[in-house]
Amino acid sequence: MKILVVDDERDIQMLFEQRFRKEIRSGQIILAFAFSGEEALTYLNLHHHEAVLILSDINMPGMSGLELLKHIKQKYENPPPVVMMITAYGDAENYNKSMELGADDFLTKPLDFSVLKEKLKLN
Amino acid sequence: MGLETVILFVLILQVRNVLVKQKIYPAWRKFLFWSLFGVWIVFGIGEATRQDDIVKWLFHISILVITVIVYQKDEFKRYRSYMNAFLPLIILGITEAVVEIGPKSWKDALEGFIDTAQIFAIIWMVAMLFIANKQKKALEKENIRREQEERERIIIEEKKAELEILVAERTAEITRQKEELEQAVVDLKSAQTQLIHAEKMASLGELTAGIAHEIQNPLNFVNNFSDVNIELATELKEELGKVVGDENTKLALQQLANSIIQNQEKITQHGKRADSIVKGMLQHSRANNGQKETTDLVALAEEYLRLSYHGLRAKDKLFNAKITTHLEEKMEHIALVPQDLGRALLNFFNNAFYAVSEKKKLNIPGYEPEVTLTVKRTGKYAEIRIRDNGTGIPEAIRDKIFQPFFTTKPTGLGTGLGLSLSYDIITKLHEGNIICQSKEGEGTEFIIRIPMEE
Repeated sequence: MKILVVDDERDIQMLFEQRFRKEIRSGQIILAFAFSGEEALTYLNLHHHEAVLILSDINMPGMSGLELLKHIKQKYENPPPVVMMITAYGDAENYNKSMELGADDFLTKPLDFSVLKEKLKLN
Repeated sequence: MGLETVILFVLILQVRNVLVKQKIYPAWRKFLFWSLFGVWIVFGIGEATRQDDIVKWLFHISILVITVIVYQKDEFKRYRSYMNAFLPLIILGITEAVVEIGPKSWKDALEGFIDTAQIFAIIWMVAMLFIANKQKKALEKENIRREQEERERIIIEEKKAELEILVAERTAEITRQKEELEQAVVDLKSAQTQLIHAEKMASLGELTAGIAHEIQNPLNFVNNFSDVNIELATELKEELGKVVGDENTKLALQQLANSIIQNQEKITQHGKRADSIVKGMLQHSRANNGQKETTDLVALAEEYLRLSYHGLRAKDKLFNAKITTHLEEKMEHIALVPQDLGRALLNFFNNAFYAVSEKKKLNIPGYEPEVTLTVKRTGKYAEIRIRDNGTGIPEAIRDKIFQPFFTTKPTGLGTGLGLSLSYDIITKLHEGNIICQSKEGEGTEFIIRIPMEE
């Protein structure tokens, strides 16, 4: 399973790679990273249909997570990749907007990796 | 007919008039009235019986008596000017009478003089009557003027009295307005203080939430990496076990890995602690939204009171406190955010129980911890009173209790965010207000008022 992680914090790459080191080693998942909405769209254009899951932060400079979500859900109609949004703690407004735009699932900050892993295995 | 008869008649008439005018001595007035006829009857009798000399003397004496009375009695003061007119005639009359009965030499000596004096006396009388009349008229005019003045004075007095009343009324009105204004100034000043306080609290709340937002992300990294490090160090230890080599070196390396794990666990533990503080701070930004629903405030307050009490009992089995409730029956349900208000109330209850338990520790004889909850409607507000007989809040820190991070509890027992959050929930989310009344060593009462919608 190929997962594209979108977040403006670069350290997120190191964290994910370490958190999922066993899964990466065993080839269960492949991680790709984008550090802005624009970068994520470029990646998706280049690697069409490769990413099955997109984990996107909402608050990012430039294109926000919500805009990215809108683009993805409009462009990649058949079948669009699963998009999980990462919302800040107690941010009901962004949660509702993401719902409207067709987000598939939600994770709240701070990321609980055991919850994420559970969700991934269910998917 | 003698002059004295006329004079007597005129005098009686005038004297009576004076008495009538002044409305005094009614018996005398009656007597004088009949005397008017009496004079003429006596005169008639005297003429008829040829005893006119005796009558003449009788009349002269009567005139003299009247004259003396007029000059003696104050009642006739104003009549004296008329009297003056008759005086020479009267004296002359008497003199004439005396001369007539006296020796013949008197008569011879005074004959010419009396005739001349009579003419002068008459002229005198006429002149004096004229003057007196004039004076009388002037006096009457003066009297009329005085009466007019008196009337005017009375009118002015009345107007003055009216004005006095009006002035008194106006003064009272102005005084009342002044007092109202002074009260308004006092109210405004206290409102200003409250506003400043509210503003300060609001900006502190926002600042708190803002800081929390900023700290949240780096803190997440710290916690996450530290979590991973525990895993990595554990794996390292395991891998070391598999390595073939010098046992002592392996042991030393494993011990090092253990130390790293332990340290990392501490980092995680304190990171989690920081995280829970940040979460508490973030609730400040949440205190501005939340869905209101029609809620039974009485039931909610009661529920959280029990929750707080049992929560404390679970931690401290020895803890005990008397709980008294005064709850209004059938209070209208009001629109509020139940979870948030519940959490706010919980903080007040927890603090109340904490205050009584702290006082209990002082082992004051006869001290019985008590927490009282009152919920009632006062005017347009729902009022929640939470009173304890605990340690009380020193005046010096009473202003600070709603500030974020202010706590009197020992480190680790309180973050100082409880009351600050409660303050936000009540004042911002529910547009209510909180009053704190406290006496050090005797207890504290929080009065929370939440507006009820009409």
